[in-house]
Amino acid sequence: MSDLRLADLTVTYGRRSRTVAVDAFTDAVHAGEWLGLIGPNGAGKSSLLRAIVGLVAHRGEIEIDGRRVREMSDRERAALVAYVPQQPLIPDDMTAREYALLGRSPYIGYFGSETRRDRAVVDEVLARLTLEEFADRLLGELSGGERQRVVLARALAQQAPILLLDEPTSALDIGHQQQALELVAELRRHDELTVVSAMHDLTLAAMYTGRLTMLDHGRVVASGAAIDVLTAARLRAVFDVSVTVDVDTDGATGESRVIVVPRRSLPAP
Amino acid sequence: MDTARRDRIWLIAGGAFLLVAVVVGASTGPAGPDWWRVPAELVNRLPLIAFDTGVSEAEWKIVWQIRMPRVVLGGLVGGMLSIAGASYQGVFRNPLVDPYLLGAAAGAGLGATIALTIGRGVTASWPVDPVPTIAFVFALATVMVTYTVGAAFGGSRSGVTLVLAGVAVVSFATALQTFLLQRNLEVIREVFQWILGRLSGATWSDVRLVVPYVVVSSIVLMLHRRHLDVFRVGDEEAATLGVSVGRTRLVIVVAATLGTAAVVSVSGLIGFVGLVVPHVVRLIAGAGHRRLLPLSLMGGAAFLILADVPGRMLTRPAETPIGVVTAFIGAPFFIYLLRTRKVAS
Ligand SMILES: Nc1ncnc2c1ncn2[C@@H]1O[C@H](COP(=O)(O)OP(=O)(O)OP(=O)(O)O)[C@@H](O)[C@H]1O
Ligand SMILES: [Mg+2]
Repeated sequence: MSDLRLADLTVTYGRRSRTVAVDAFTDAVHAGEWLGLIGPNGAGKSSLLRAIVGLVAHRGEIEIDGRRVREMSDRERAALVAYVPQQPLIPDDMTAREYALLGRSPYIGYFGSETRRDRAVVDEVLARLTLEEFADRLLGELSGGERQRVVLARALAQQAPILLLDEPTSALDIGHQQQALELVAELRRHDELTVVSAMHDLTLAAMYTGRLTMLDHGRVVASGAAIDVLTAARLRAVFDVSVTVDVDTDGATGESRVIVVPRRSLPAP
Repeated sequence: MDTARRDRIWLIAGGAFLLVAVVVGASTGPAGPDWWRVPAELVNRLPLIAFDTGVSEAEWKIVWQIRMPRVVLGGLVGGMLSIAGASYQGVFRNPLVDPYLLGAAAGAGLGATIALTIGRGVTASWPVDPVPTIAFVFALATVMVTYTVGAAFGGSRSGVTLVLAGVAVVSFATALQTFLLQRNLEVIREVFQWILGRLSGATWSDVRLVVPYVVVSSIVLMLHRRHLDVFRVGDEEAATLGVSVGRTRLVIVVAATLGTAAVVSVSGLIGFVGLVVPHVVRLIAGAGHRRLLPLSLMGGAAFLILADVPGRMLTRPAETPIGVVTAFIGAPFFIYLLRTRKVAS
């Protein structure tokens, strides 16, 4: 249960060229909220997430529950924020279980080693992602999607109140996509996990996140409920794409679903 | 947990291998008692056990004063180089790295060359041979230069810059050393003998010299086994998992360097061990550092003790340098292992 507050967060790359990857981003994500970051390639989604975990230099403030992240040690921050990178570095000769156990690092003393409880947490996470059968296999011998789920398992084993996901389901089949996102949704409801995720699948982003923020060239173009952010006109302007946006309202619950369907610009052969 | 039990079995196997190597090392050599009497005599010398093995006091002296220091020193050197090599490889995530990477060997070589060229006239009458001390100081100083250069350009966060800085500093030190040798051709033989590495003539006082460094260094490295596993996912992800990458790397590098510098100054540059023993252990027992570090320590010790045996027997006309023997035995074995593993998987 933690609030994440970002104020004027700015990320620039290069001493001379000065790419402004994230331009004065301000937002507050509350405990139990799921913020979806969308936007075209190079919009600054990953840079924003990387800044929060201190992997890129940045200006502005990042606070968790009123405490500046800048002033925390790596260990303190790791206990509060779990991060799934867009391109994780996978050690081929490590088993899935050993890898997921690394998520327990923030809780293990400097000279300590993992306890039975750490192992139990990892076993449970692996089970919830139906990864038990892969637990003792080497990562180098898993498929791309299996690996991606193991990376998610590591982040969940970290049991941090804030979860940052950078394209966590890009390699997953439709069934495992749903499984992974449902699991995150459940943890968010149950443990009031704060989630920020960068996603390219706009329909899934609309379905699972509570709020969407669209970035383009480092700036916020739109922010709010999926139904307001995802309009065909805006998608055409930002992504240079032609799409149909369907809104499908459930008669019983009154919940609406936003479905983004790409359209061919040329007539089908 | 099952893995813990398997870890223990591996440790016992490693310990047994080391014990066998020690007994073989103590039992072989020119002169001395029949080889098969030595294991019995070793048991006999344990407290509370006494029986007659037919080994005379004079023969025992050969075993204890000539062979044993050499065996123990070989074990310390081999173990230290291997555990340091495994740690260096882990912390830089680079399988081609050996403990000489950041200049410990080049620095020691330069120090020894300086001591042997410039200092000989002065130090010949000293009661203690100053060469190891000077080599040790130079080894540490060289690694310090590498670290400073690397940190200045890439920040301590980047392992790659550090490796590149090592390449530059090592070349520089080697060039200096070559220059010195060129000007002092008369010491070339002596310097080369030093560089090629040797365990011959080892005494208990040599052992006493390196023991503290090897013990401290190994303990510190062993305590960082888990950190080395976290390093396997890369500096960035390690940082998000709560490891202070720069600081932890510094601690590991300092510990590995201290031990390496100490053994290099006493025994010269014994190559190959620090590079290959960790790889062999990885191929046999897996890549996790929980096993890799202790098994490298024991395996490296056993390997060097055994590698020293043929060198001792082939003493005519001159003793074969141990570095040559390690490469002769180790390289084919390593290739064989790579081959069989590849076929198996
Ligand atoms: N290390 C870097 N050095 C210089 N420029 C960078 C670096 N990383 C990213 N950039 C630039 O910053 C901008 C934002 O990149 P970022 O990775 O944040 O985009 P993204 O929204 O995650 O894109 P994608 O959807 O492709 O993952 C891009 O223009 C990119 O070229
Ligand atoms: Mg990205």
